[in-house]
Amino acid sequence: MSNQSSKSLSLANPHPIYTNTAQKIGLALAVIGVLILFLAFFGVNFPNKGLFLGLSFLGMLVGTAIYAVGSYSAVPEGIKNTAVWHNSLSNRGLWGWIFGIIITGFYVLLYWFPQYLGLGENGASNTGLIALFDPLSYLLNGKPASQWFMYGTIYTVAILAMGYKFILKYKHNKYQVIRTISVMFFQLGIAYLLAELLGNLNSKDSLYYAKDLKNMWPLNYYFFEDWHLKGMLGGGNMGLFFLVWGLLMIFVVSPFLTYKYGKRWYCSWVCGCGGLAETAGDPYRQLSDKSLNAWKIERWLIHLVLLSVVVTTIAVLFTYFQNTPYRMLFVWGVVGFLLVLTLLMFSLRKKIEGISKIMPLLLIGGCVVVALVFLMNVFSGNSNVFFIESWKLKQWYGFYIGAAFSGVIGVGFYPIMGSRVWCRFGCPMAAILGIQQRIFSRFRITTNGGQCISCGNCSTYCEMGIDVRSYAQKGQDIVRASCVGCGICSAVCPRGVLRLENGTVDISTRTVQERAIHITDEKVSVIGM
Amino acid sequence: MNIVIIGNGISGITAARWIRKLSTHNITVISAETDYFFSRTALMYIYMGHMRFKDTQPYEPHFWKKNRIDLIKGYVKDVDFNSKKLQLSSGDGIDYDKLILAVGSTPNKFGWKGQDLDGVGGLYSYQDLENMERYSKGLKRAVIVGGGLIGIEMAEMFHTRHIPVTFLVREKSYWNGVLPNEESDMINRHILEHGIDLRLETELREIIDNGNGQACAVITNKGEKIDCGYVGLTAGVRPNVAFLKNTNLIIERGIVVNEYLETNIEDVYAIGDCSQQKNPQTGRRPVEAIWYTGRMMGETVAYNICGKKVEYIPGTWFNSAKFLDIEYQVYGTVLANPPENHESLYWEHSEGRKSIRLIYDKNTAHILGFNLMGIRYRHEVCEKWINEKTTIEAVLQNLGMANFDPEFFEEYETALIDIYNKKTGKELKLKQKRGLDAVLRFLKI
Ligand SMILES: Cc1cc2nc3c(=O)[nH]c(=O)nc-3n(C[C@H](O)[C@H](O)[C@H](O)COP(=O)(O)OP(=O)(O)OC[C@H]3O[C@@H](n4cnc5c(N)ncnc54)[C@H](O)[C@@H]3O)c2cc1C
Ligand code: SF4
Ligand code: SF4
Repeated sequence: MSNQSSKSLSLANPHPIYTNTAQKIGLALAVIGVLILFLAFFGVNFPNKGLFLGLSFLGMLVGTAIYAVGSYSAVPEGIKNTAVWHNSLSNRGLWGWIFGIIITGFYVLLYWFPQYLGLGENGASNTGLIALFDPLSYLLNGKPASQWFMYGTIYTVAILAMGYKFILKYKHNKYQVIRTISVMFFQLGIAYLLAELLGNLNSKDSLYYAKDLKNMWPLNYYFFEDWHLKGMLGGGNMGLFFLVWGLLMIFVVSPFLTYKYGKRWYCSWVCGCGGLAETAGDPYRQLSDKSLNAWKIERWLIHLVLLSVVVTTIAVLFTYFQNTPYRMLFVWGVVGFLLVLTLLMFSLRKKIEGISKIMPLLLIGGCVVVALVFLMNVFSGNSNVFFIESWKLKQWYGFYIGAAFSGVIGVGFYPIMGSRVWCRFGCPMAAILGIQQRIFSRFRITTNGGQCISCGNCSTYCEMGIDVRSYAQKGQDIVRASCVGCGICSAVCPRGVLRLENGTVDISTRTVQERAIHITDEKVSVIGM
Repeated sequence: MNIVIIGNGISGITAARWIRKLSTHNITVISAETDYFFSRTALMYIYMGHMRFKDTQPYEPHFWKKNRIDLIKGYVKDVDFNSKKLQLSSGDGIDYDKLILAVGSTPNKFGWKGQDLDGVGGLYSYQDLENMERYSKGLKRAVIVGGGLIGIEMAEMFHTRHIPVTFLVREKSYWNGVLPNEESDMINRHILEHGIDLRLETELREIIDNGNGQACAVITNKGEKIDCGYVGLTAGVRPNVAFLKNTNLIIERGIVVNEYLETNIEDVYAIGDCSQQKNPQTGRRPVEAIWYTGRMMGETVAYNICGKKVEYIPGTWFNSAKFLDIEYQVYGTVLANPPENHESLYWEHSEGRKSIRLIYDKNTAHILGFNLMGIRYRHEVCEKWINEKTTIEAVLQNLGMANFDPEFFEEYETALIDIYNKKTGKELKLKQKRGLDAVLRFLKI
């Protein structure tokens, strides 16, 4: 019965889902919007591109909005997870696979074969899908559209359309509403419009600097690459501003905010990847794997990615400083920094442990090995400080992690592995913020005494694959490096058991024992007695 | 020592887990229902498509092996308490040194005509859920009999599949044997708001056979005939003890146990829904068929079996539920028909989906209970106030501490204080808003 529906690969849904008129109209409009993009992709040359692009966006935005109104306003407000596991799009059924393959294909074209999306090569003008975006691109930055402009625009439209739907779905929950407005604002305002405007300044003097104010290293892995550093250093006040701002973000702003509020301030309030996952990815959050094995794989993978971005960055920076008077200053700076990190993690190793004692050793060992290899090569005069030429490392990282992992798998696999594959298994930013969250943040999810009925809604809808129930049923507070603070576990809990909170009292105070019921001297009682 | 547990529900499994923590005894859990422990309370979410069956299992399959808890799927037909042997319906026999009966409940049937027809069922076991599923396809209407917590869950289940539901409730107002009038009325309105056909003061008289042994309609005590393809019987549960009836075990409503959860037979214990306290704690009922008491008994019995004698003391009453979209929490004593000394302070949101009720003693001013609809309160804080006999005014001024709603949610504590001030002419002010720091400071004292 229940198994049948989740296994089902058939198009015939065993539990038909009922759609009302508004939903049908909305769906039709949205489909028309998407269809225009498809037609452009398959070579239809629209006469008035600006108009058709506008129609396409209008269809998607208005269509989704009407669909959302149809879904959520006629019924009393509350949790709307009905039929999630009966719907082949959201239960890894046939439609889910089809959709997954389409987005994966799109990413493959985007990263490696943009010519098939219509990108004009060697000065030729754009055709197909990308040409559709030319008028908008000229309007915003005076240039023909690139594949990245097209992608950024669709990305933004997806966050806006699905964000609005999400807001209606959770209209009874102010935390969800405000958080979603925040990701919509950061995507549209900061990552898209402001970045395009700043991009204009960029092109005029042909100097380089980052243009998305909220995108920081290591998510933005090219921040320390030589072309980018040179661009910023030569880029006048704006370039300098971005350099200083970028460094401040990494070393001051982000640790401070993570200390105050947990990594959620970034991952589910600001970040673009998180923004897409929380809006367009919301229908797939239940597909994340909750098993212990998945957790183990996650910890290895994400920290290995972190290690590779650190190594790549050091190598790249070394190449940059190699022939400058700052060479040795840089070398000792890096070694000193790694040493401080090592000592810090060593003293806090108990906190990083989680499920395995190996993890702190891996992190500490990683730091030490990186420092040693680095020093060894510097002193033996080897300019390839990690044995491989830095540009190769860079290329490797950009290809496998930057494109294949974060894009193709990260978003393409939404309908298969859930909405946060990249954030959970790959993102080095999430890894750093996670370690900070685990060690010194004030953020935790508290559990409401003995009220948990072990139903499993929280775990099922945790997009990060955290088995929230395993803590809640024991009355333990939840402090997990990977928790992005989306608050959905708390929202879907039918017994009011979970609350995201910040407190000055040490995060680990209530994470230790089994707290639901305990034995005091001679009797059994619930906690608090 | 071989410890055998019959029943893999919350009480039996909690017992097994704790025995494992405390000892190296052999543990065997037998159940006829499912291979692995699952959360019965989540049955509705499977049907509604919020979760798969597998998502309702709190432990992964490898957990049992790793913790050396042997699981047997089978039905215990007979227990021979003298030779300490169980008889499975498969024919196998199992010996035990100590036996824990954690056999749960079974839905009540009151001898209605037609109660055993096809298309009639309760909602307790996984098999009940399968039965509901079987009849759901093309179902034109379901009639649900019994206005309790499970009845409303069943109503919601059918409702989400767009199957029209008629909900027969014997009382004047939904669950008003437990909920005070205002809250009960709020739920009446909410049920109707969802488009569920709620019939108050209506009872089932008989279920009609369509000629093929299947239900096709019900007749109510008002003589009305309602056509339907499914009849849900949710008029409460009773201990599932029928298969133990002809033994020396003392059974009244449930299996009678003392404060150590021991039955009258040596080395035999009973916990959870199926047990009945010989001397219940004051203010508590002898049979309490809820999740939390099952969990507490499971832990208690583990200590008793592993050589540390502890009494079962369930402490301050608490419970929670969800009526369609309205969450409900209760801490302490909140009665539908309160005695004269119970004074009530009640606030309800203008939209009629949220409320807070505090109960205190008129004479001593001690806080007695909290009743919340659509608002979450902190278990530990409320409990501590109740146990320490805190006065209503002290509670009111610090009430923010109890608030457990998510960040940015509106806080309504001042509204409640205003009501109190109006009632008494006092000028109390809220001193403590929502927040963790104050709570942890408070709980430490
Ligand atoms: C739909 C529903 C919703 C609920 N919601 C809530 C809630 O929100 N909050 C709350 O507090 N409580 C709730 N309850 C009540 C709660 O689920 C029960 O109190 C609790 O599950 C009882 O646990 P138990 O371990 O005592 O028994 P059970 O969970 O019933 O376990 C007993 C097991 O023993 C097996 N068994 C019985 N006899 C034999 C035999 N002879 N041989 C082999 N196996 C046998 C049964 O098949 C069963 O699997 C709900 C109950 C239902 C049905
Ligand atoms: S634990 Fe809760 S808040 Fe954290 S990521 Fe999972 S669902 Fe979101
Ligand atoms: S915390 Fe809430 S959602 Fe999670 S298992 Fe417990 S009752 Fe269910």
